[in-house]
Amino acid sequence: MTMFRLHPAFLELIYKSTVVFLNLGKPLILRSRIINRGLIFAERLFKKPVFDCQMCGQCVLHNTGMTCPMTCPKSLRNGPCGGVRNNGNCEVKPEMMCVWVTAWERSKQMPIYGRNINAIMAPLDRRLQDTSAWANQLSGRTEIIQDEWST
Amino acid sequence: MSGQLEEQSKLERVLRSGQLAVTAEINSPDSSLPESVHRNALVLGSLCDGINATDASGANVHLSSIAVSAILQKAGYEPVMQISCRDRNRIAMQGDLLGAAALNIKNVLCLTGDGVQTGDHPEAKSVFDMDSINLLKMTRTMAHEGRFLSGRKLESKPKFFLGAAANPFVPPFDFRPLRLKKKIDAGAKFIQTQYCFDVPRLKTYMDAVNDMGLSEKAFILIGVGPLKSAKSAQWIRSNVPGVVIPDAIIRRLKQAKDQAAEGKKICLEIVQQAIEMPGVKGIHIMSYGQEELVPEIIAESGILDNRNNNI
Ligand code: SF4
Repeated sequence: MTMFRLHPAFLELIYKSTVVFLNLGKPLILRSRIINRGLIFAERLFKKPVFDCQMCGQCVLHNTGMTCPMTCPKSLRNGPCGGVRNNGNCEVKPEMMCVWVTAWERSKQMPIYGRNINAIMAPLDRRLQDTSAWANQLSGRTEIIQDEWST
Repeated sequence: MSGQLEEQSKLERVLRSGQLAVTAEINSPDSSLPESVHRNALVLGSLCDGINATDASGANVHLSSIAVSAILQKAGYEPVMQISCRDRNRIAMQGDLLGAAALNIKNVLCLTGDGVQTGDHPEAKSVFDMDSINLLKMTRTMAHEGRFLSGRKLESKPKFFLGAAANPFVPPFDFRPLRLKKKIDAGAKFIQTQYCFDVPRLKTYMDAVNDMGLSEKAFILIGVGPLKSAKSAQWIRSNVPGVVIPDAIIRRLKQAKDQAAEGKKICLEIVQQAIEMPGVKGIHIMSYGQEELVPEIIAESGILDNRNNNI
């Protein structure tokens, strides 16, 4: 599955289709607890191997170069800290490429959502940890957090 | 009008007057004695337009930045209180920000913070509840709208002159100006950069920043500092996160007869080149235990000649 990581433009297409597909099932998804659990299961199953998803419940992948910002040891959601090493590796984990160096490079290859990396992301609502980001997006929860923050 | 002026910090007034400003960082003591702060501030205090009180920089515990700032303020100096996201969640940070305002501390520099792994308590939990951009925006909300992040109203609006840090010298280079834009959009009115030892890199960065119109929206101060020796330069670049010192500088220090004098000379050259760049509004001196050199750097660079303090 890690091979997908090499193709951010393909990933953002998948993301877009997922959103469309989920929206079709919206009434059902929001009502059924079983489906909600199924979504959590599915997210773990797919997003973990592809993005090393940390299940923050407020997915911003398409705004961050289809690179999970929660894998940054400082869990920064608005760009790289000032500690990035000369070779582009992380200040905290010297053996790892800075998540944001990767996110920025990949954003440049993404025609649909690439420019979203310039927007200011809201801080996390920690209560949503381990819930389904897909369900939170459908219910409008994620949007409310971001909108409140933006105004 | 005069009432409004008094609400502005001295640093803000200097910058708004269009004159070059000088800020400097002092070492926060490992002591609970106010005298220790006074002693450290003595050399810099009267010369600089602002003194940065660091918030456990390098993740090493010291006297807190809010206490250092309050002591400086009381002694008649102009503190710039640094606040980082590493050690506190949004509840603690908002409380401290209100506290700072209550102690008449106006200049606040919002930082992400170095990771705990660099400091003397690498086993500690690092918090990072939010990032520096969120912190800036939260602080601005308190100041402008008079409410906490939760929406709850404040009895009075705190007054802040908000600042942020920038590091033009580390990757991803072409994203750095965009990140600066986010910080300015989130409320930063002044910027202090990481140590500059690479002038061409700074030039590229400032060109982009000027093109984006950012240097008109915030006052940009360039971080500088004298290196003591080639050895200490090497130590700094491998141990202090985010500091880039090119090999050419280390070679120059190595070849010099008097390395400390050469270090000061390099610093003066960088100051000169930085303040000539369009969009640069001053310098921020980090002297790493060589505080005694700061007055010399200020005098010899001539940066404060022609200073009019009646503003
Ligand atoms: S270097 Fe990059 S990955 Fe590491 S803490 Fe900073 S922003 Fe996060």
